[in-house]
Amino acid sequence: MLKILKYSFFDLSRSLWSYVYFLFYLLLGIILLFLNNDLSNAVITLMNVIIILVPLIGTIFGVMYYYDSREFTELLLAQPIKRRTIFIGQYLGVAISLALSLILGLGIPFVAYGLFESAAIWNFFSLLVSGVFLTFIFTALAFNIALSHENKIKGFGLAILLWLFLAVVYDGIFLLILVYFQDYPLDKFALIASVLNPIDLSRILVLLKLDISALLGYTGAVFKLFFGTSQGVIISFGVLALWVVLPVYRIIRVSAKKDF
Amino acid sequence: MVSIKNLHKKFGALVVLNGLDLEINQKGIIAILGPNGSGKTTLIKSLLGMVVPAKGDIEIAGEKVKDHWNYRKDIDYLPQIAHFPGNLKVNELIRMIKDLRGKDARDKELIEFFKLEPFLDKKLNNLSGGSKQKVNLVLCFMFDSPLIILDEPTSGLDPVSLLRLRDLIQQEKAKGKTILITSHIMSFVEEVADRIVFLLEGKIYFNGTVSELKTSTGQPDFEHAIANILTENNA
Repeated sequence: MLKILKYSFFDLSRSLWSYVYFLFYLLLGIILLFLNNDLSNAVITLMNVIIILVPLIGTIFGVMYYYDSREFTELLLAQPIKRRTIFIGQYLGVAISLALSLILGLGIPFVAYGLFESAAIWNFFSLLVSGVFLTFIFTALAFNIALSHENKIKGFGLAILLWLFLAVVYDGIFLLILVYFQDYPLDKFALIASVLNPIDLSRILVLLKLDISALLGYTGAVFKLFFGTSQGVIISFGVLALWVVLPVYRIIRVSAKKDF
Repeated sequence: MVSIKNLHKKFGALVVLNGLDLEINQKGIIAILGPNGSGKTTLIKSLLGMVVPAKGDIEIAGEKVKDHWNYRKDIDYLPQIAHFPGNLKVNELIRMIKDLRGKDARDKELIEFFKLEPFLDKKLNNLSGGSKQKVNLVLCFMFDSPLIILDEPTSGLDPVSLLRLRDLIQQEKAKGKTILITSHIMSFVEEVADRIVFLLEGKIYFNGTVSELKTSTGQPDFEHAIANILTENNA
């Protein structure tokens, strides 16, 4: 496994896109800190970017890497290596290198600005944890889609649609339901619906950490009540972890039966 | 060495292998022949566990192939089309495969044998088809395993390299290895093969020596004997 991971890493470290991604976060971090002149505000702005962008990049990189390394995969399959090792090694190679780009790209400017002496350190930390979770989730989803579709264009299209659905359409439907059924008590529904979507869940986890949930009104209070308890936190992280574990499990299942 | 029982494989509605049985216990060179789409590559990929059969059992050196992977350490495989990660250099690729196999390799000897030294620092994307095939051959032969599987080893090679390949295959045979070959070049097959396995519609149609094939079809030369099988079966 470590060898596959090493070569996936090696492969990605030669790709220009890994550096573009890293530099993008570096620049974003520096510019936001420069403009806001305040760590907490920069974290809020960053959250809005990360919540949408990290899943998108994870999806695109995951699909691209899978299709690009098909030759490498075929070469590996004829070697005495377990299939599971090959695919999980490649998945971890992509996910870890993306997560590192995120952590280093944002971490460097924030640490340089004096993150460790600031009260915002936990907010920033929760932002990074959500970002890392989202990277692992969406890279795994992308690998799943690519594994099931030989046709590159179709795989790419479906992966983008999945991102679009979870990042935009889901919220749209969610809002419509809230408006349509506003005469009914919806706090339970709102809570469950936002826990089920990893993007919404990450957003709420960061927002609540930032103590601006007062802006969210009555539902915000319900959320605060739920996520404020240790049970709520455990459930949220459990759901995020499930979003990683289930797609990874499917990668193992599908790859074991696939013909090359 | 290799035992295949009742092997079935479909791709969608297309039946590729249809209850194939094959035992290979002898050493030497066994040629797997058959028209396009007769299931040669599927059979070979099933041996390597790259294609998962719908039904049937394969054992190699007493070990079941299904869900196992360790048996592959004793197989050298040459894929039909040399697909390599294009952004790697030739020597990086060789080093990587050596590292993954964790076994002694005679890569230097083979690089010299195929005159690949000038290409070692080139990226695989920039190599010609023939040079890629030579890299493919080096990767395949460098581990010295008892079972060698060659899928179209002659493709893209110039006449000189073809002669070298022929020598190499004979050398390996002399070491007492079992070598499975598929090829469309009949003269090559006739010259090297000890045994012919002819696939037709996903089953073994003929299994014997070249001279047995000639007598059974009543044709004096090998190419016509093969053509005879194909026309008789409208393949």
